[in-house]
Amino acid sequence: MNITEKILARASGRNNVSPDDVVFANVDKVMVHDVSGPGVLAVFEKLKKSGMKIEKLWNPDKVWVAEDHFVPAADKISAQNVVLLTQFTKDFGIRKHFKYGMGQYGICHTLSHEEAMVLPGEVYVGGDSHTNTTGALGAFAAGLGHTDVAYVLLNGKIWFKVPETLYFKLNGKLPDYVMAKDFILKIIGDIGTDGAAYKTMQFGGTGISEMSVEERLTLTNMTTEAGAKSGIIEPDQKIRDYLAQRGAVNYNEVHGDPDAQYAKLYEYEASELEPTVAKPFSPENVIVARELSSTPLDKAYIGSCTGAKLDDLRAAAKILKGRTVKIRTEVLPAAISIFRKAMDEGLVKIFLDAGVMVGPPTCGACCGAHMGVLAKDEVCISTTNRNFPGRMGHVESKTYLASPLVAAASAVTGKITDPRDLK
Amino acid sequence: MEPFTKIRSVATPLDKVNVDTDQIVPKQFLKLVQKTGFGQYLFFDWRYERDGTPRKDFVLNDSRYKGSKILLTRNNFGCGSSREHAAWALLDFGFRVVISTSFADIFYNNCFKNGILPVKVEEQVLQKLFETKSEIEIDLEKQTIKTDDLNVSFSIEPHWKKILIEGLDDIAVTLKYDDRIAKYETDHRNSNPRVL
Repeated sequence: MNITEKILARASGRNNVSPDDVVFANVDKVMVHDVSGPGVLAVFEKLKKSGMKIEKLWNPDKVWVAEDHFVPAADKISAQNVVLLTQFTKDFGIRKHFKYGMGQYGICHTLSHEEAMVLPGEVYVGGDSHTNTTGALGAFAAGLGHTDVAYVLLNGKIWFKVPETLYFKLNGKLPDYVMAKDFILKIIGDIGTDGAAYKTMQFGGTGISEMSVEERLTLTNMTTEAGAKSGIIEPDQKIRDYLAQRGAVNYNEVHGDPDAQYAKLYEYEASELEPTVAKPFSPENVIVARELSSTPLDKAYIGSCTGAKLDDLRAAAKILKGRTVKIRTEVLPAAISIFRKAMDEGLVKIFLDAGVMVGPPTCGACCGAHMGVLAKDEVCISTTNRNFPGRMGHVESKTYLASPLVAAASAVTGKITDPRDLK
Repeated sequence: MEPFTKIRSVATPLDKVNVDTDQIVPKQFLKLVQKTGFGQYLFFDWRYERDGTPRKDFVLNDSRYKGSKILLTRNNFGCGSSREHAAWALLDFGFRVVISTSFADIFYNNCFKNGILPVKVEEQVLQKLFETKSEIEIDLEKQTIKTDDLNVSFSIEPHWKKILIEGLDDIAVTLKYDDRIAKYETDHRNSNPRVL
């Protein structure tokens, strides 16, 4: 069995599972945020009306809560939802609730690794499609709808059809100025936005071993954009060190067997990858950045769970150091802990010196919620994960997806720019 | 949920691929927390002009499809966010069936949780459905799609079929075993007494 099959077998108390088997798996961790939390509460309300008593959750210690989409409260309704979420955690005795303005908080998928909320070998579900992100730690991580999350909150279990696994092997170290984002965009361009529908995307090879933990998280985060059920990477020493720095040392790693089966193997040579961009209006609309070098921009956005981790901010700062931006540019670190590290390393100063606005952690404009959404016809280069029509604001705005290096280089010139061409 | 039996209706042809959940319900409506009333926001940005007047060229505003319970659409419908509001909006608007060649996984599951039947068909079948002038009849019991010139079957997991036909949701299914759950909760304390 491969890692995904082994995790699901263990979680469902079976010796063996194969793709397409339906298993009833015990869940180790559940997450809700300020959009899915109120959504789950709406499901609870409906159940209560139909006569069900909901007094306690299956295990409040396995549930954690993030405030990220519409915070700092974007308007009156968002503020009310945050109040609702607070009441929810109080009512059910959930202790891990990351509140904005009270120490550590940030985007749920970032907290999942920054705070070691999820550990290798675990089954983790969340009320958000990018829950896949956390699979980079060696967990089975998948997003669910509100009703499914409500079900898990009450029962601690959920069924899964064991997905087939597509294996993406990266040979060699990524060249300078090429990041994990370029690799995953290239993959999505190759297989399409439904190329991994109900499948697991697993990443391996020397290129992945060389990659930092945060860069790996960019890969698994974007598996959602290929329709994947989950994304996963087998844990190694880098993962162990990363988690140990966050106080997590006790967990049961799972690794695939030597004869593990994969539905398909895709192989990529790192040396052949280049800075890559996805054009509007689909993450599969992929082209190398150089071919778009005359495209004028209105704005650069460096934010989100996939594009504002510490490594992303370091990459942007490397480009912005000693330069100034020509277009409106925003940096929104994905969590307070990352904001602090960015400050301690001098990155925030580099951004401010370059004329960039540095804002609070939030999903913000990535999902068109607030904090810099786009106007009609505005064109943005963004380190986020989706560029569907209207994703970041007006339905006639345009978003190009790119790595933080490409976004920062483009901010400096005001046009889409390959960082290797920056003078 | 309303039990699902046979649906016969004119179908609304939404001739687009990769329709993501943000097109189905734009993000500005996600802050609303009730489960009902989302129908008015369905396909909001395609359906209305900026000043709020309905866009004549959008199918939902075409009087020929008024009261339609079946939505026809192209590949990879429901991709993007896990927001269940997408299913809520379709149902609230009146759709009980969505037919496409493929669906995004989370959306597909969310449909069943809310009494909507997502039907996967082959490309040629979908094309014929888009071209048909007649009403479409979906018989879930028999698993058939019929028009004046077409009669094909579709597949569905038996569990999902049962849930829709009986109008249950997952939690209601579990509650059917309420007495057994309660019995287990009592029994296991006796059979597995605390030792520490």
